[in-house]
Amino acid sequence: MSQATDTDVREDGIIESVSGPVVTARDLDARMNDVVYVGSEGLMGEVIEIEGNITTIQVYEETSGVSPGEPVEGTGSPLSVDLGPGMLDAIYDGVQRPLDVLEEKMGSAFLDRGVDAPGIDLEKTWEFTPEVDEGDEVEAGDIVGTVPETPSIDHKVMVPPDSEGGEVVAIESGNFNVEETVVELDNGEEIQMHQEWPVRQQRPTVEKETPTEPLISGQRVLDGLFPIAKGGTAAIPGPFGSGKTVTQHQLAKWADADIVVYVGCGERGNEMTEVIEDFPELEDPTTGNALMDRTCLIANTSNMPVAARESCVYTGITIAEYFRDMGYDVALMADSTSRWAEAMREISSRLEEMPGEEGYPAYLSARLSEFYERAGYFENINGTEGSVSVIGAVSPPGGDFSEPVTQNTLRIVKTFWALDADLAERRHFPSINWNESYSLYRDQLDPWFEDNVRADWPETRQWAIDTLDEEAELQEIVQLVGKDALPEDQQLTLEIARYLREAWLQQNAFHDVDTFCEPEKTYRIMDAAKTYNDAAFEALDAGVPVEEITDIDAAPRLNRIGVQEDYNEYIDDLEDDIESQLRELY
Amino acid sequence: MKEYQTITEISGPLVFVETDEPVGYDDIVEIELSDGETRRGQVLESASDYVAIQVFEGTEGIDRDASVRFLGETMKMPVTEDLLGRVMDGTGQPIDGGPEIVPDERRDIVGEAINPFSREYPEEFIQTGVSAIDGMNTLVRGQKLPIFSASGLPHNDLALQIARQATVPEEEEEGDDDEGSEFAVIFGAMGITAEEANEFMDDFERTGALERSVVFMNLADDPAVERTITPRLALTTAEYLAFEKDYHVLVILTDMTNYCEALREIGAAREEVPGRRGYPGYMYTDLAQLYERAGRIEGREGSVTQLPILTMPGDDDTHPIPDLTGYITEGQIYIDRDLNSQGIQPPINVLPSLSRLMDDGIGEGLTRADHADVKDQIFAAYAEGEDLRDLVNIVGREALSELDNKYLDFADRFEEEFVDQGTDTARSIDETLELGWDLLSMLPKDALNRIDEDLIEEHYREDETAETVEAEA
Ligand SMILES: Nc1ncnc2c1ncn2[C@@H]1O[C@H](COP(=O)(O)OP(=O)(O)OP(=O)(O)O)[C@@H](O)[C@H]1O
Ligand SMILES: [Mg+2]
Repeated sequence: MSQATDTDVREDGIIESVSGPVVTARDLDARMNDVVYVGSEGLMGEVIEIEGNITTIQVYEETSGVSPGEPVEGTGSPLSVDLGPGMLDAIYDGVQRPLDVLEEKMGSAFLDRGVDAPGIDLEKTWEFTPEVDEGDEVEAGDIVGTVPETPSIDHKVMVPPDSEGGEVVAIESGNFNVEETVVELDNGEEIQMHQEWPVRQQRPTVEKETPTEPLISGQRVLDGLFPIAKGGTAAIPGPFGSGKTVTQHQLAKWADADIVVYVGCGERGNEMTEVIEDFPELEDPTTGNALMDRTCLIANTSNMPVAARESCVYTGITIAEYFRDMGYDVALMADSTSRWAEAMREISSRLEEMPGEEGYPAYLSARLSEFYERAGYFENINGTEGSVSVIGAVSPPGGDFSEPVTQNTLRIVKTFWALDADLAERRHFPSINWNESYSLYRDQLDPWFEDNVRADWPETRQWAIDTLDEEAELQEIVQLVGKDALPEDQQLTLEIARYLREAWLQQNAFHDVDTFCEPEKTYRIMDAAKTYNDAAFEALDAGVPVEEITDIDAAPRLNRIGVQEDYNEYIDDLEDDIESQLRELY
Repeated sequence: MKEYQTITEISGPLVFVETDEPVGYDDIVEIELSDGETRRGQVLESASDYVAIQVFEGTEGIDRDASVRFLGETMKMPVTEDLLGRVMDGTGQPIDGGPEIVPDERRDIVGEAINPFSREYPEEFIQTGVSAIDGMNTLVRGQKLPIFSASGLPHNDLALQIARQATVPEEEEEGDDDEGSEFAVIFGAMGITAEEANEFMDDFERTGALERSVVFMNLADDPAVERTITPRLALTTAEYLAFEKDYHVLVILTDMTNYCEALREIGAAREEVPGRRGYPGYMYTDLAQLYERAGRIEGREGSVTQLPILTMPGDDDTHPIPDLTGYITEGQIYIDRDLNSQGIQPPINVLPSLSRLMDDGIGEGLTRADHADVKDQIFAAYAEGEDLRDLVNIVGREALSELDNKYLDFADRFEEEFVDQGTDTARSIDETLELGWDLLSMLPKDALNRIDEDLIEEHYREDETAETVEAEA
């Protein structure tokens, strides 16, 4: 979190009442959304309501033992994040305090109160290479230099968006910390690598463009059936244990984004620890560097203060926008947006606001759309193009998708990955229901798949969808009369659909090879199933009984493709064997 | 310490007092009744001229003349290793007639959140000796794995079986017996019946487990509000033993449903806007503050493993109590009414059960190289068999294919041989997995598509299929 710098002098107040994370203060001179320090321990909080002489504050730390009469100190600045080199490879709480620094400062594995720390190391020096010369005119957002932040990412140092710009009169080159001036403009403005930005305010852009490139996830069911675009939005709702977090982790690991911002919002501590332990050892499939080099983690777990749960998604998206401004494709995962909504509800009910549906505040829908609207493929103010893709997990109570958070999210997002408890129970993973899910990007992304994978990607996919649809209809009949009562061609369709489900849609996140599947492989598995389908129906037409067709010993090998590293050769052989074994039958 | 005789309102478990000096939020309060009895409570809301207090022992008998003292500190639990072997009531007062407890430290019972950066990912396999858990939903040290049960089901027997049998096989081999990291059980009872309490205490005494246990008892006829602190006392003790004294602590909390009812009662008394089914909107956060106190910490020897038990009202797992719990814990074990009436012991339904920490806790060097694949295959085959049971009722076995019939047999044998092991049998992980292979070998090799081909070669019992085919013929 940003240490307020340009503080106006403002009057301090006195605590009037304390009720959990909500504190009211008397005589405090502060603006809406200003950061304040509460009580003698200086707990961080934010102004959320002003009514006459009484200011209401949500406090980002535990308030046990805080009593009326203690002081409240204003900072005069809104809740902001520190932006600059040093955010990658970092792990923050919901108000951007680095958790490793907190551990050190608190001298304990447990989170104490009243300790603040800047979001980026203010002393560390970085090697700054200028990109502009003296005499150049620069405007807000322009890139003036780069810093090798991690082996994967060059950090672009930009003129702050609220700068007036001007002519460069001095520029440095070499090692500097983030607070030292690296560029000076003719109007006297000094530019440092460190910027601040209020989290609740979108960073400016020129315009939002229509996304045309997929965010490749390496997950067959997503890339194959329900792709998300770079700059797109997706929601993954599902009951507990259905695979939201594993899917989000898979995306954080394998998505072909330049930068990943992972927001653990009100979920488990161990899930964040898993990321911290795994990511430094995993390789980014595009660059070959450690995954952690492109990742920024925000961890506000379920037992951490509820107000910081409300702010953590904003902290995350602001950091994502900042990297987008550099021209990067950023993917943000928020697990879980329901916890954020519940934090809103909790604070709102302590404010005794009029509750809306299921106790959520009336502004729930507005907040959700404001947040997802910050996603997109943008032309930035410095002329570069960058994107923020947002993938939000939703945790509906009782797994019931008709509840307000799921419904309001679905009104905004364009990709819907519906998790299914029944699939999860039978350990069909990822348990994304192929009948219920959708992607509204499918058509606009098809040209990309045609150009970059196979020209008949859309047709082959359509065949797969039709087969799965037909299976769903047939299953209803099978439930009543059994499989053997169906005509032979329908029995065959069921068998093909089973391979589509088991060999193609299923993917084991914990298998070294299967965990990531490139689009080419996604295509080839689907196509191998189609090869079997086509050859099998020919055999059926030639009069071969269906049992013989489904009994060929090559067929079960379809289920083994996922785990093959050299899949091309394997599939070539398999397709040959399937065709020749079927040929032999007639 | 200022004393007030200014109670303005008494409502349900709450007392409102006018004050003229500031009182800390969450601070502890003593209320002295006119007959000299003292009760304790906690500040729920503190304003400049009044406070709202929740009284642990209930407000019965309190009148406006009672005097109120604010102790100026939040609730503390006196902790020491000497707590082992002791039995206390739900507020931490000894009830076993033992010597006075001389604390080493007094710790805030709310506890601070473990910094996620300081955690160590749990991956040490605990062998419970129960196949349905070890084989299918493995428990690891530092995990929080609740038992989802319902009234009239034998969840207590399962919890006791786990407490009795749990070992870490590796350490056994190393001869890591009494010295080093020891095992301790903390038992936090909330609103259970005296009968249930006796069941636990008898078992603890019979097996000598009491010596390494700390018991907190809030019984059904004890005040409901007190239940909100019992698990916090238990977990504060657990954290102390684990992270200061290097114990591997297993915390059994039962029944979380009673705890949640107490939360609802307080919420209602405060006239809060209720969430789903009348439970407070902050119940998720409140439960998380308990469950997240499980785990391991980088550089510390000990661990806190939680086994909370809850009874699902109406056997309904979408009820807010199991639902919110499932969203916080690292999996769940379902006790099933149908299996129970079939006499399967323990009646664990593995399909909806889950251990999220299993994937990193099993495999070569941890359990066995074939563990993950065997588990996946059993899940798939059992789910298949389960599905077919509905169909077979309609069309009969003859209408099903040979393979489908095998799945049906598989499902039956899985329940009768794998799950049903009784409460006194402890199986090693080897025995469990071998049993798994016995069953899987009923199916043709081709059908084992979740298992690595090399592992099939190594473990598949060639004669097994022949046998069943013969048996059918
Ligand atoms: N793609 C996958 N491959 C293998 N296993 C998976 C996959 N997805 C999910 N699982 C299994 O399902 C379990 C639960 O998944 P996950 O933790 O993602 O659920 P969730 O939806 O996030 O639940 P919650 O809402 O409680 O956080 C995992 O621990 C894992 O065992
Ligand atoms: Mg999750």
